[in-house]
Amino acid sequence: MRPETETELAEAIKTAQGPLHVRGGGTRAIGRTTGALLETGGLSGIVLYEPGALTLVARAGTPLAEIEAALEAEGQRLPFEPMDHRALLGTSGAPTVGGMAAANVSGPRRVQAGACRDYMLGVRFVDGAGRILRNGGRVMKNVTGYDLVKLMAGSWGTLGVLTEVAFKVLPKPEAVATVLLEGLEIGGAVTAMSAALGSPYDLTGAAHLPDGPEGTPRTLLRIEGFSDSVGYRAERLCAQFAARGPRVETDPERNAALWRDLRDVAPFHERAGDVWRISCKPSDAPALAARLGAEALLFDWGGGLIWALVPEGGDARARLGAFAGHATLVRGAAAVPVFQPEPAPVAALSAGLRARFDPRGILNPGLMA
Amino acid sequence: MQMPEPDARVLSRKAQIVARLRGVLPADAVIEDAMETRAYECDALTAYRCPPLCAVLPSSTEEVAAVLTICHEEGVPVVPRGSGTSLAGGALPTADSVILGVARMNAVLETDYANRIIRVQTGRTNLSVTGAVEEGDFFYAPDPSSQLACAIAGNIAMNSGGAHCLKYGVTTNNLLGVTMVLMDGTVVELGGAHLDAGGLDLLGVICGSEGQLGVVTEATLRILRKPEGARPVLMGFAANEVAGECVSDIIKAGVLPVAIEFMDRPCIEATEAFAKAGYPMCEALLIVEVEGSEAEIAEQLGLILQIARRHNPVELREARDADEAARIWLGRKSAFGAMGQINDYMCLDGTIPVSALPQVLRRIGEMSKEFGLDVGNVFHAGDGNMHPLILFDANKPGDLELCERFGAEILKLCVEVGGCLTGEHGVGIEKRDLMTVQYTPEDLEVQMAVKDVFDPQWLLNPAKVFPLAASETRRAVAAE
Repeated sequence: MRPETETELAEAIKTAQGPLHVRGGGTRAIGRTTGALLETGGLSGIVLYEPGALTLVARAGTPLAEIEAALEAEGQRLPFEPMDHRALLGTSGAPTVGGMAAANVSGPRRVQAGACRDYMLGVRFVDGAGRILRNGGRVMKNVTGYDLVKLMAGSWGTLGVLTEVAFKVLPKPEAVATVLLEGLEIGGAVTAMSAALGSPYDLTGAAHLPDGPEGTPRTLLRIEGFSDSVGYRAERLCAQFAARGPRVETDPERNAALWRDLRDVAPFHERAGDVWRISCKPSDAPALAARLGAEALLFDWGGGLIWALVPEGGDARARLGAFAGHATLVRGAAAVPVFQPEPAPVAALSAGLRARFDPRGILNPGLMA
Repeated sequence: MQMPEPDARVLSRKAQIVARLRGVLPADAVIEDAMETRAYECDALTAYRCPPLCAVLPSSTEEVAAVLTICHEEGVPVVPRGSGTSLAGGALPTADSVILGVARMNAVLETDYANRIIRVQTGRTNLSVTGAVEEGDFFYAPDPSSQLACAIAGNIAMNSGGAHCLKYGVTTNNLLGVTMVLMDGTVVELGGAHLDAGGLDLLGVICGSEGQLGVVTEATLRILRKPEGARPVLMGFAANEVAGECVSDIIKAGVLPVAIEFMDRPCIEATEAFAKAGYPMCEALLIVEVEGSEAEIAEQLGLILQIARRHNPVELREARDADEAARIWLGRKSAFGAMGQINDYMCLDGTIPVSALPQVLRRIGEMSKEFGLDVGNVFHAGDGNMHPLILFDANKPGDLELCERFGAEILKLCVEVGGCLTGEHGVGIEKRDLMTVQYTPEDLEVQMAVKDVFDPQWLLNPAKVFPLAASETRRAVAAE
């Protein structure tokens, strides 16, 4: 099924005889579900874009590339730097606005700017009963009623099928620079990233590659803004880490490539093994990473996000043991829940919400369970 | 404003309920004396008052859980209260309700600069969160005007904003985790020092749920390193439209100020008479603040002033030192007090698309004449969060009702141009009956279904947010 309008979509859900597998561009095939394919690609197009109000509204099936091109033309962007999952997951197709929102996909800038969910101003969606619903709006501040926008972000289509999303966007900065530190151990790198993120220099990225170029560990600290300001802050950061022989990358193209590779976890591309994504307290990262027995690691968000490539079929969650955070099996066939199991009282609330939004249990059943 | 009839069966069992609460709390934490419960009869929406059945002041999550367990068993409504600064009546009691005040829970539980978080009990005031991390040169970003008094609990309940959220976001963008007690006494932990939810984003739903889903007792908040400096610039314009265009041009130019505040002529005049900040007498005034090092500030202000000059300002005033910066902010920060000197006022906080500013201000001016009530506008222009202050005389029969009708018309206008009823104050009782202007019955039904999951008996702050008629069936079931 590929409805062309919101009403057609509502009808399709209302009359569905069994489970539906809701799909945007199909590029973020995380988790397992069954059911008749329900594609949102037919609901496409930018509905409203007001650069002066930093607001963009688009139908859920709109290709992300179309949004990015429209923003680029006005010197703006989606601030949360959504990851492109295709190369990591071996998927093809075009990522959509709805898929990105439903999976709450962010990238390295999340550590400073916030996640996809923080930039979602409003949603329209069809719930499991086929009701067309709306929450939030298109203005930047809105506390009118419950915030179901956040609930829909990251619900992976299990509570409803998004038809339209309103975003806050931001201006693209004039300049970017990355301060590169070589040779730090994981613990030292997390300490350095914490110090940098805790400085007044407003970092928009802090990542660490234990296996950098030529096998040397590399720590990357990004700053963005007006040229003079970026220059000043890069200099101050270099002074802060003078003992580490810092180097500054200022070329826009090379910066874009560096951070695109981090965002998309390029070091794991075309490597066999299961891929885990672990969200944790940054200072816990070194000890947690040590437990994983990983073949490769990548640290983003100053250590708050660990990407781990582990031998196929292993249960990284079991190796981690109890910890404050959550682990998701992004790629792999391990016979474990894809999403972090929740403590009983929280699981009961989640189950209760699913039962209200999707009483027949037909939207991506089992995907988040 | 209508409130539900109190449950006679609860009123008649007061002694028994109070006795049970005394069994789980220290003696001085249960307030039932008629004189003392008067302190809890209203919040900052003082036009509506009703003393509660009793008030309790627990000191820990365990005590909150014990109180809620009892109220759940007894079928008693509970109205959670932070510092009672809600402008929307979020903490207004009913005669059959227990006020659960978190004021005694004000400890800092953990300060962690390396991970840039602070964990506090939610009775702590907003400003004292920043106070707790100032020695490390950090701050907590959301800054509602009431930040000296308002509690984090209330900030979370209303998803509070402030002047600086154009850059730093509102409460929900700075809240990483909570410890929350459900109405049946169950304690749940959501989020923590890590980013983003593993499953459904329940934390995102809790924030802004106006104390209807659970009582948040502890919170993990994101703290940020203070910028090296900040400086405001003041600009006067000959018309609201011109100031509106200037705001839009600044945003489009790629500068992201931390704050863009707007005041119109009635507000400027009132403020000058009251605070004598030396503001120029003009139709519209903007205060734009930027942050960074000296050089960064100069660069951003240079660009902003260049844009402003294209709009023929009648005044451009850059702060040369801290004293001048304070004078620029003085008028803005005294604006509410200044309006209060003139008369009683009602403060609205509808949000509109920035592009609709001139149109909406013009229409409010026209309506002000139609209703015969003066209005001053002072608000966060960068994000379209308006604060029309309608002046009225509370002692004049019928004036409050007239003011409320006028306010409702302004809020309908906000929704009409693509905005919303409330940007940062919350719905409470004040905008409850206007919810149908913004949402369809089904949109409201699905929101109420969320409450059904967290609080099936509808005992937590039940008469708020949703029109009474819409929530009637659910509340009636609770009373059985």
